[in-house]
Amino acid sequence: MSTKTLNKWLLTILALVISVVHIVPFYILLTTAFKETGDFSSKWLFPDYFTLSNFTEAWERANLLNAFTNTFIITVGAAVLLIVFGSMAAYPLARVKSKLNQFVFYLFVAIMVIPPLAALVPLYNLVVRMGMINTHEIAILNNFAGFLPLTIFLYSGFIRSTIPKELEEAARIDGAGVMTIFFRIVFPLLRPVTATVLIISSIFIWNDYQFAIFFLQDSSVHTLTVTLSSFFGENQSNLNLVAAAALMASLPMIVLFLLLQKQFIAGLSAGSVKG
Amino acid sequence: MNQEIINKELSAKKSKIKRKKQSSLWWMYLPAVAAITMFIIYPFFNGLQITFTDWDGFSQTSNWVGLDQYARLFSDPLTWLVVKNTLLYGVGSTILQMTVGLLYALLLNRSIKFKALTRTIVYLPVIVSPLIMGYIWMFIFAYQGGALNDIVMLFGLDKINALGNPSLNPWIIVLVNTYQFVGISMIIYLAGLQSIQKDYYEAADIDGATAFQQFKNITMPLLMPAITINVVLNLIGGLKLFDVIVSLTGGGPGNASQSMSTFMYSLYFRREDAGYAATQGILMTFIILFISLASLIYFKRKEVEA
Repeated sequence: MSTKTLNKWLLTILALVISVVHIVPFYILLTTAFKETGDFSSKWLFPDYFTLSNFTEAWERANLLNAFTNTFIITVGAAVLLIVFGSMAAYPLARVKSKLNQFVFYLFVAIMVIPPLAALVPLYNLVVRMGMINTHEIAILNNFAGFLPLTIFLYSGFIRSTIPKELEEAARIDGAGVMTIFFRIVFPLLRPVTATVLIISSIFIWNDYQFAIFFLQDSSVHTLTVTLSSFFGENQSNLNLVAAAALMASLPMIVLFLLLQKQFIAGLSAGSVKG
Repeated sequence: MNQEIINKELSAKKSKIKRKKQSSLWWMYLPAVAAITMFIIYPFFNGLQITFTDWDGFSQTSNWVGLDQYARLFSDPLTWLVVKNTLLYGVGSTILQMTVGLLYALLLNRSIKFKALTRTIVYLPVIVSPLIMGYIWMFIFAYQGGALNDIVMLFGLDKINALGNPSLNPWIIVLVNTYQFVGISMIIYLAGLQSIQKDYYEAADIDGATAFQQFKNITMPLLMPAITINVVLNLIGGLKLFDVIVSLTGGGPGNASQSMSTFMYSLYFRREDAGYAATQGILMTFIILFISLASLIYFKRKEVEA
C-alpha cells in the first residue's frame, strides 16, 4: 500500500470516529425512549423487548397534540410574516440609496446584535398591558420582530448581488407600479433566499424556548419546548417518558432536515461567506 | 405616431422613473420598522426607565430610586459570577467551535469515504432544540444511571458526579454548546474552502511550497470572511445562552453555572425584582454589543489586510 492510500484510510477512519462520537447523544435518547419505566439496565443497551408504551403514554399525558398544533401555528405564522414583510422591507434598502434608507439599514444590522432577552422586563410589561399574554399572536409577533433583522440582511444582500436592475427598469417603462414590480417580478426571483429564510427561521422558531416560556404560560398555548420542560418537571423519576416525548418533539425537524439536507446546508451557508 | 412623439413619451417616462427612484420607498419597510420599534426599540428604552425604579414587575406603582439599582449591580458578587460565566460561554464556545469546526471542515473537504454521512451527523444537533439537547446530556452525565458513569464503572473507577461539581459545570455547558453548534461553523468553513480556487494550490505546488506553508499563506487568508462570520455568530450565540443551561444544570449547583440570561429570568419571575432584572439586562446589552462590535471591526480589518 502506498502512503497516499494509507493516509486516505486513516482519514476515513478518523471521519468514522467523529461520526460515532457525534451520534452518541441520539443513540442514548433512543435507548432511553424505548425502555420501560423501572428498567435500570445500562443506557448503552437497547432493551430485549419492543414496546411503544412510553410514546403513547407521553403523547397523552404531556398533551403533545396541543403542543404540536401551537408550535405549528406559531412557526408558520411568523415565517409567513417574515417572508412577506422582510422581503418587502429589503427591496428599497437594497435598491434606493438615500440617507434615510442607509440609516434604517444600519439600524436593522445593529439590532441583530442586541439580545431580545435583554429587554425582557419592559417587553413583558408591554405585552401584559396589551392583554396579549398567552396568545398565539404575541408569540408570532415576537418571533417576527426577533428574526426580522437577519431576514432583511439576507434578502437585501441577495437583491443587491443577484437581481439585475434592468428587469425592473423595463417593467417600469411599461408603466408598472412599485408593488406590481416587486411582487410580480422581483419576489419570484428571490426564491433561493426565501428558502434560506424559511429554513433558518423555522428551525429557530420551532425550537424557541426563551420567548415561549415568558409569554405562553397557560397550558392551552404551550409550545413543544414549554410542554417538555414542564413534563420533565413532573416526571423527574421517569426519564424514559421524557425521552420519548423529546424524541417525538424533535422528529418533524429531523425528518425535514434529512429530506431537504442540501437546501438546509446551502441555506445556512448562503450569504454567510459572501456577506 | 412619429418618432418624435415616441421619443418625447419615452423621455417623459424616464424622468418619471428618476423621480420615483429618488423617493425612498419608505412605506415598503414601514411594517418592519413598526415591528422592531414596538417589540425591540421601545422596550429597550422603557427598560432604561425601569432601571431607576424598584418596580416588582406586577404592581401598578413603583418608587423612583435613582441610581440605586446600578449601585447594587456593581456591588453584587453574583453580577461578577454571571458576567464571568457569560464571558466563558461566549468566548470559550467560540474558540472551541472555531478550532474544532475548522479541523472537521479541512478533513471533510477531502475526497474520503463517508464524508457526506459524517457531515450530516455533525450537523444534526443544530436542528434539535437546545432545551432537549440539555436533557439528553443529562441522561449522559447523571450520577445515577448516567451513560458516562456506566463506562467509568466498566473500568473500575469511581463514579463522577459531573453535574454536582460547581467548578466543572460551566465547562460542561461550554462543551455541550460547542457540540451542538460546531456543525454551523463547519458548514461555513466548508463553503469558504470550496470558494478557494484550485489554481493557487497548483501554483504553490510548482513552487515547492509545503502543505503547512500552503495552509498558512493560501487557505487561512482566503478563509478570513468565513472566520469573521463564525466569530460573530458563535459569540452572539454563546453570550446569550439560556435554554441549555435551564435544562442541563438549572443554573446550579447554587448559582455556579448561571448566565446573565438565566439570572435575569430568575430575578424577574422568581424574586419579583423587575427593576434590578432590567438593570442586569442593560449591562448584558452593553457587554454583547461591545464584544461583538469590537470583534467584528477587528476581523473585518484583518480581512482587508489579507
